[in-house]
Parts: sequence; structure tokens; C-alpha cells
Amino acid sequence: MKIAMPVSEKSIDSYINNTFGRANYFLIYDTESESSVFIDNTAAASQGGAGISAAQILVDQNIDSLITPRCGKNSAEVFENSNIKLYRSIAGAIKENIELLKEGKLNELTEIHAGFHGVGRNNNRGRGRR
Amino acid sequence: MNIAVLSGKGGTGKTFISVNLSEVAGNSTYIDCDVEEPNGHLFFKPTNITRNSIYVNIPEVDNNICTGCKKCVGFCKFNALAYTNKVLVFEDVCHSCGGCSIICPANAITEKKKEIGIVEKGISNNVSVISGIMNIGEVSGVPIIKESLKYIDNNNYNIIDCPPGSSCIVMDSIKDADYCILVAEPTIFGSHNLNMVYDLVKLFNKPHGVVLNKYTDKNNPIEEFCNEKNINILEKIYFDKSIGNLNSNGEIVSRVNDKYKELFSSLLEKVTKEVWHAEITNP
Repeated sequence: MKIAMPVSEKSIDSYINNTFGRANYFLIYDTESESSVFIDNTAAASQGGAGISAAQILVDQNIDSLITPRCGKNSAEVFENSNIKLYRSIAGAIKENIELLKEGKLNELTEIHAGFHGVGRNNNRGRGRR
Repeated sequence: MNIAVLSGKGGTGKTFISVNLSEVAGNSTYIDCDVEEPNGHLFFKPTNITRNSIYVNIPEVDNNICTGCKKCVGFCKFNALAYTNKVLVFEDVCHSCGGCSIICPANAITEKKKEIGIVEKGISNNVSVISGIMNIGEVSGVPIIKESLKYIDNNNYNIIDCPPGSSCIVMDSIKDADYCILVAEPTIFGSHNLNMVYDLVKLFNKPHGVVLNKYTDKNNPIEEFCNEKNINILEKIYFDKSIGNLNSNGEIVSRVNDKYKELFSSLLEKVTKEVWHAEITNP
């Protein structure tokens, strides 16, 4: 099983990033080979739609699951269409989250927010932004 | 003659100024470009209303033809497309550029229309009242503003009531303006907001002047700001509760009060002279 996580540093001893679409890197961990690969999140600098683009990167990596503290509705739609399962991370290290997922102790992420960057609906944007 | 009325923030009195200028101009067109919350029509209460729907193009993908090459996904600068086992279109993110349908090698992408709002036209005395109204939840009002500005009548006064701020929708609203009236409140906050739209009209090289609304004789940071930057102050409208009362009852102040009828007529005259002057010195 391939598990992905948003991370800010390229280190397995590091922590999960607190956002998804604009994390610096993604860690892709393979539970069979116990190997980890870090890939750049080229979507991080997007003006808009970063979540969609970031989700596309992970879909193209054929991941099975994503561990993340939160996920916007657009990225969630991409994952849903790719049958990728979302798990809510617990505050803490990458390794800890991987172990918990292996033991079946992480909860699925069910609360999807409307997006942060003015591209989703119903997110109470201010007037006159675009 | 096209006069745009703008301000750095909401609530300074753009609609108040625009509605009253249109009123005293007689045969004129009032165009409400504040498509997120148009409110000029509340004062004019126009009749003989006609409505036009405004559409944008959104890609529609035929997944039976799509080969899954993802060229469209890579092309979209707005990240409005994703490919899983089919192309997903995120309509809210799409900017309707049409590029994906051109780039698709399999011709699997066509465009469909999506309604984003309407333009309403009505009449109130001799004023044509145009209101751009965006559907709730839509992201960009630019197509509605462009359509609203098509009602500009080159033989008469056109008063363009702009959205607040200095973003794209405001730039689109002032593009055709011969003159920009900047409305500001006499506070430090007001100076900051005025500075934003001042930078914008300078950038667009538009003749401009300021109306100080809700003016009092107490200390006025905004007057100092105008003097410092050498910005022409066209008019000072003193804080007056009776204006507030008339406004909140949806009445047009210059229709019912001669003092303000005179004030707005004189403002219109000043602006008209400024435009003529600009045309002579800068043909």
C-alpha cells in the first residue's frame, strides 16, 4: 500500500504539514518495501486551484491513502474519484502516523472544508477580491 | 460622457453620488457595476424592466472520446481540471479561457454555457437604469460588467457606479470612463482607501477628482492627504442626518431637496468642464 503525506521537510523524522495543497513536499511511503520517497509539490505556488493540482500529483503517483490534517472539497473530489482513502493525521511525527495507520488506528477524514483560497463556494469571501 | 464613481471601500457613498448625478443629468444612463450587491435600483425603482442572462463558457468533456492524455490538465493555468479515470471539471475555478478545448488532440472537449447572472434594464423618469446582478456564489463578475457597459449611450451622460476596491472588476468598470470621481470619507482610514483608488486611476491615466463625503469641520486627515498629493477636491458634502434618513427610505436626495439638487448639478458641471479641458489639452 502506498501512503502519501504532506510534509514541510524532506525527512522521515519530520512532522506532517498542517495543510495539504500548499505543503512543500509529499512523502510517499510504501508499506510493503518500507521505502519512502519525497516529491516536490509543484502545485504549492499556484495562484489558485493548488489543492486540485496537488491531488493530481498524488493520483499520478498511484497512492492508495493520504494522511492529512485537513483537505479541501476540490481535492477531496479528485481523491474520491480515484478511490484514494483519506485519513486524519494526529499531531505528531510522520513515523507515528504511519504506524497508527498500519495498526488501523487512524480515523478516516470526513470533514471537508470549503477551501481557503477563494476558489470554493460558500467560504465567506470578502467583497471585491477578484 | 462617461463618469465612473469609485472608492477604496464600501459604504463611502458611491451609489449616493452616482444616483444623484444621474438624476440631475436628466437624460442619462445609470450603470450599476457593483454586481455583487447592486443597490442603485432601490433608489430609482425603475419600471419597464427587461432582463438579459449572462453566460460564460465552461468545458464539457466527452469521456467516451477522451484518451486520458491529460494535456488539458497540464495546460490549465488555473488548475480547473484534473484527471482520475475521467476528466473532472471544477467550474468555480475555470476562467472560461477555452484553451482546453483547443488543445485537446482528441477533440473531446466542447464548451457549454453556464449562467452567472443577469443585466436588468429599466427606466426611472428620464434615467435609464442598468443593473448588473451576479448569481450568489459566482466568483467573477467581469463578464456581467462588460455586458452592462454595452448600454453606454454616447450621446448622453453615463454614470458608472463601480464596485468597491481596486481589483479587476473595478478596472473593467472604469476602462471606458472619461472621468473618475473618487469618493472618500474624511478619516485616516478614508485616506488609506482613497490612496488605493488614486493609484489605480493614475495607472489608467484617467482625469480624476475627489468628493469628500460625510465631511465635518473637525480635523480632516483626508484633506491633508489630497493637498499633499495635489488631488483636486471637487466637492465636500457635509455630514447631514437628513441625507441618511432620505437614503434609508430609498429616496433620491436631489429629487426632494433643492439644496442637494444644486450641489449635484454644480458637481456635474465641474466634472463636465474638467473633461472638456482634458480633451482640449490631451486630445
